[in-house]
Amino acid sequence: MSATLERNYLTEQWTLRSWLLTTDHKRIALLYFASITVFFFLGGAAAALIRLHLILPQGALLSHEMYNRVFTMHGVVMVWFFLVPAVPVTLGNFIVPLMLGARDLAFPRLNLFSWYLFMAGGIVGVAALFWGGVDTGWTFYTPLATDYARGHVVMVVVGIFISGFSSIATGLNFIITIHMLRAPGLRWFRLPIFIWTIYATSIILVLATPVLAITLALLAFERIFHVGVFDPALGGDPLLFQHLFWFYSHPAVYIMILPGMGIVSEIIPAFARREIFGYKFIIWSTVAIAVIGFFVWGHHMFVAGTSLYSSIVFSLLSYAVAVPSAIKVFNWIGTLHKGSIHFDAPMLYALGFVGLFTIGGLTGLFVAALAADVHLTQTYFVVAHFHYIMVGGMVSAFFGGVHYWWPKITGRMYPEMWGRMAALLIFFGFNLTFFPQFLLGMQGMPRRYASYPPEFQVLNVLSSAGATILAAAYLLPLGYFTWSLFRGARAPANPWGATGLEWTMPSPPPTENFATTPVVTERPYAYPPPGAEPTHAP
Amino acid sequence: MRREMQFSSPAHQADTALAGMWLFLATEVMFFGGLFFIWLVYRHVHAVGFAAATQCTSLLIGATNTLILLASSLAFTLGVLAARKGDHRTLLRLSMVTAALGLVFIVLKGVEWAQDVAAHLFPGAGFGIGGTDAGGAQLFYAFYFVATGLHAVHMLVGVALVLWIAWGAQRRRFGPAWNTPVEVVGLYWSFVDLIWVVLFSLIYVSGRV
Repeated sequence: MSATLERNYLTEQWTLRSWLLTTDHKRIALLYFASITVFFFLGGAAAALIRLHLILPQGALLSHEMYNRVFTMHGVVMVWFFLVPAVPVTLGNFIVPLMLGARDLAFPRLNLFSWYLFMAGGIVGVAALFWGGVDTGWTFYTPLATDYARGHVVMVVVGIFISGFSSIATGLNFIITIHMLRAPGLRWFRLPIFIWTIYATSIILVLATPVLAITLALLAFERIFHVGVFDPALGGDPLLFQHLFWFYSHPAVYIMILPGMGIVSEIIPAFARREIFGYKFIIWSTVAIAVIGFFVWGHHMFVAGTSLYSSIVFSLLSYAVAVPSAIKVFNWIGTLHKGSIHFDAPMLYALGFVGLFTIGGLTGLFVAALAADVHLTQTYFVVAHFHYIMVGGMVSAFFGGVHYWWPKITGRMYPEMWGRMAALLIFFGFNLTFFPQFLLGMQGMPRRYASYPPEFQVLNVLSSAGATILAAAYLLPLGYFTWSLFRGARAPANPWGATGLEWTMPSPPPTENFATTPVVTERPYAYPPPGAEPTHAP
Repeated sequence: MRREMQFSSPAHQADTALAGMWLFLATEVMFFGGLFFIWLVYRHVHAVGFAAATQCTSLLIGATNTLILLASSLAFTLGVLAARKGDHRTLLRLSMVTAALGLVFIVLKGVEWAQDVAAHLFPGAGFGIGGTDAGGAQLFYAFYFVATGLHAVHMLVGVALVLWIAWGAQRRRFGPAWNTPVEVVGLYWSFVDLIWVVLFSLIYVSGRV
């Protein structure tokens, strides 16, 4: 087979114009992959500066003012320009139409416009951060952000505002696509879990992001015109900002994690060669997380001065939202039980996700308990908690998904040994970085501090050492993925022997995806799929 | 009309476009709804200041603008009906009427804002309403300018969309076989009108009764 003459979405046209004006969801996904990678390394560079600075108790690298700006940059870039978009705009864009048997998303031109909006917002936001930045933290609490902070608050907020429109457009596109473009026979309860998680994520995107938009608009208005929306001296209420901000930002963390859970739900059946355990339970728990997640925002404000009774309610609901997450963990483990487990790189990432997400989730219960939170809030315990979920969980799932679908997207196999080594190194480096932070938090080290008492130094140095290993480990895939584009083995249509419509077409797919619309008659995760054994060498 | 390849029929494409617009309007409800929620919270806390501030709004201009927008929605809805019948000349005329009414609204809004600024009603130093709850009155006007400003931005986008429909009507793009863009723009325009009705009730009326 002369693969170089093969017509697929990559070889169709070569011009820059054909890439920048494409409406093909697969090419748009690659445009996003490039952007997301750049933002990930920008945010990572800020993290590296933080960890380098904290190896000495009095701070090793930066002035206190600069340190505040660096951790703000880390948070803003990682939250809005990496975690929120990452899986939906890259793997979601590429794989969702393929999984649905569709030729593209419902609104391809809107999809391209989303990318341009994302780039515009990201460039404005990052430019502001480089131009001197902001020192408010990614949470922009008032009245610091409105009245006292020096720096480019409005410009950063404008960047986030613009990228918010990108989020809304992407979510809208996915919801309509999943409703209207399913292939004949693909009933709702035949859809892969990844589709369900993208759907739930998109619902949150379209409902929560507009609230962030109005909050940021008011923040900018107040800062520019010195009105008193959030300023008590002028009749306003700073706590109102926190309510509005967290009404978006808590559901936002479910935007970040649900697609990762979807990826894991695809990988584990494939590499345990078993039908997923409790398909409907996983779906209902996905929906439950999305819904309950809108009602727990107050747990970010337990020490802010809200009433004890509302805090009790928010604490209770925060415990409730952990239940569907736990149900998913049990279902993944149930899928592994009596499965034929293959420890390829995607599976290593998925297994890492299950363990690290569980730790992160359980520690969430610590901080959801009112009395414990009084001691733990604003310490490194919280920092470790959310990094276990976002980095240990979400980034692992993202890497797992990229490795899983890499053959489909590029038509090449990555080198498996390197993939496994990177996965193990990431797991080790991650734990060394963040586990000491649980201990630091319990001992009382506050977060967002540029200096700390000397008795915390050992744990800080361990954490920074881990960060060095983690940084090196994250660079490995950059290396071997690039290598695979030129020297990797050609990928067959279904190298993993997995179920799902995306594996029924060539790797890489042709531009129009399906020559004829498929008709689906089988249940999902019907392992082993007929005539499809894993064809890659382990 | 060129059918896009991911749809199985023109009807499929039409349904999808309409579903998309309804979902977009749901996001707009969350956007303006957030603003309305803040307004309600502050009105509860600053009832005195809000009542004092409402007295300074121009009921004449507000009511006139409301009637103008309602008329424009009627005009465009009739235009949608004309499009369904393939009557492109009527659609063109009604689209121009809608756009014209929208522009009159925006001009009147500008006049009203100029009056407000001259009367020292823009929030900040030198705010013109004093009294026991001056802070509340200032918050009212902060909300007033943000809300009517955002609404005006949506109106401008709406006018541009209506003019785009007018251009399409002139080129005889729409008819019984394909008039989805007209329906979609009609949904958007009516929604922006609805938002104004709520704003009118909150800003001009609720403190006066």
